[in-house]
Amino acid sequence: MYQYNLIDQTLVDQRVAQFRRQTEQYLNGELTEDQFRALRLRNGLYVQIHAPMLRVAVPYGLLSAQQLRKLAHIARTYDKSYCHLTTRQNVQFNWPKLEQVPDILAELATVQMHAIQTSGNCMRNTTTDPLAGVCIDEIEDPRPYCELIRQWTTLHPEFDYLPRKFKIAVSGAANDRAATQFHDIGVHLVKNDAGDIGFSILVGGGLGRTPVIGQVMRPYLEKKHLLSYLEAILRIYNLFGRRDNKYKARIKILVKETGLDSFTEMVEAEWQQIKDGMELDEQRISEIKGHFTAPDYDPTAPQDSSLAQQQAQHPDFATWYKHNTTDHKIPGYRAVYLSVKAPDVPPGDLTDSQLEAIADLAERYSFGEVRSTHRQNLVFADVKQADLFALWQQLDALHLATANIGTATDIICCPGLDFCSLANAGSIGITKEINAALDDMDYLHDIGDVKINISGCMNGCAHQSVGHIGILGVDKKGTEWYQITLGGSSENEAAIGERLGPAVAKDEVTQAITTILAVYVEQRQEEESFLAMVQRVGIDPFKEQVYATH
Amino acid sequence: MQLIKNKTVTDDNWNFISDGAALVKGDICVSLARWQQIKPELLSHTGKLGVRIGPADSVAELADDLPKLDLIELDFPDFADGRLFSHAWLLRGRYGFKGELRATGHFMPDQVFYLSRVGIDAFKPADSAYLPKVLENLHDFTVNYQQSIVN
Repeated sequence: MYQYNLIDQTLVDQRVAQFRRQTEQYLNGELTEDQFRALRLRNGLYVQIHAPMLRVAVPYGLLSAQQLRKLAHIARTYDKSYCHLTTRQNVQFNWPKLEQVPDILAELATVQMHAIQTSGNCMRNTTTDPLAGVCIDEIEDPRPYCELIRQWTTLHPEFDYLPRKFKIAVSGAANDRAATQFHDIGVHLVKNDAGDIGFSILVGGGLGRTPVIGQVMRPYLEKKHLLSYLEAILRIYNLFGRRDNKYKARIKILVKETGLDSFTEMVEAEWQQIKDGMELDEQRISEIKGHFTAPDYDPTAPQDSSLAQQQAQHPDFATWYKHNTTDHKIPGYRAVYLSVKAPDVPPGDLTDSQLEAIADLAERYSFGEVRSTHRQNLVFADVKQADLFALWQQLDALHLATANIGTATDIICCPGLDFCSLANAGSIGITKEINAALDDMDYLHDIGDVKINISGCMNGCAHQSVGHIGILGVDKKGTEWYQITLGGSSENEAAIGERLGPAVAKDEVTQAITTILAVYVEQRQEEESFLAMVQRVGIDPFKEQVYATH
Repeated sequence: MQLIKNKTVTDDNWNFISDGAALVKGDICVSLARWQQIKPELLSHTGKLGVRIGPADSVAELADDLPKLDLIELDFPDFADGRLFSHAWLLRGRYGFKGELRATGHFMPDQVFYLSRVGIDAFKPADSAYLPKVLENLHDFTVNYQQSIVN
């Protein structure tokens, strides 16, 4: 993975010093609330219901064992011994003390981490495919381009006070596992007719209050123009994005109101003026690629013969193998999902001791690296087939081997009313109830691929509008109600879920979800996934059953 | 009144002319709208000329007039409106403005490092008590990932 040079380290250290000064000045009354708010947000610091919340950047979801241990140390020393994985592949601490945040940032800087631009109206952490570099459907590894974008977006002097937040995702594979169609900019590595690899650029996607699917504004861009093209988009957005209404300030609204063609013309005209001065040369690209070379794979790995026997002897292991591991481009290796969705734990929460144990396991079984996923799980990307059984046993002891990846209990869930000052309704409690109702693993596996996303308010941090089943908490005269949508997807066939009907009361949500799943089991065709069935039959059969008892 | 120019505290000898006010002798700075309304009169003025830009203005409209100007003020109504960062970049870079590019109004002293990187060389905060902070914060970083427009 990328290792800081002296410039990277100096920049992060100086950022810590700057924020330490800003915090002191705020506590001394030398900065106003408004001023400090803008500054602390750009360092990942929110003020929430109970305490400040610090969001730490995990650039494109890559973490080293050393970084995990530092996160464990921070959780133990400055927080209540746990942290939370976010849908931007970042890590959040829910209980830091404001005056200690500069110390936390200084600790992070010692392991090449920071919280720069993880909130505020600026360019956020760039996200990507958690299977980058190892998946079997990859055109090219997106991580070097993510790193180039990381550097370009970090402390960009012109674009730190944008109309609204700005998110970029990069995908290098045929199957989009980074929700690129729901980002302000989506970058796809593509091959053109001549066989050259470049980028397709999407713009104007987004979730939140007004979910919009991004559109292709440039089908093919040569690699050398990546940063100039991004700069042209950002300049047009910075100058012309709406600033009169925060709910209309994202680039999706600018693209919609301007029209994709006119918007593209504006960007292309701007780009023509800057592109020649900003080319990425081959040497720069290969220098960054040098940080993402393949690990030292064992050429004898495919010779393992233990796996089939272990699967036969241990059905639980076989089930876990089927659901929580996936194909790897190197024979004899698998990518392993660590399920951070144990039934009795808030989705995405990890304790200090789990973090340390994961660091040890990563070193033993996956070249010392871990990835975070936008579905709030972790991945060991490079596990030898022969090690899977031993790894499974240890993950199971850590409650990280629930065989529910991609199933109805692998729920994306925001912190909700329990922690978040924006929320209208609880989300963690609903997740727990759904887990309890779906505790029969055979039934869960029979239902198969169902993505449930639960947000406690329409800001949509948990991406409910693209859940196969989306659940949105709303406030009705001081009580918590939930709107259900069906048929959303953030993958290749991007879709925004359709509302099932009137919101349901809190104590009826789980019943509604189990009813929806029962309708699916009853009416599905052979091999038909939940999403495919919703696309085939629409929402009516589900609606009839869910509202039949009301 | 004082300001920071080229990283030193300097006296401000320019006269701020608000939109309704009469022109005065000496070096004067007017709004872009006023400039466009009475350009011939202003061009016969003895003394240097400056134009004040707000976030919603289009700097392209001023591009041809830049050789006639010694000062452009980028006037921040509030610190959150980042359009002026792009205006500065365009004026200094694309349109090649060589005169003084001055941030005025309600920018934060914590933004001056970025502002200096997009071509601003003078800072006159609404509250002159901020001047020492402006000076200090110009040195927040010694490294960068992006090219400065002035390098």
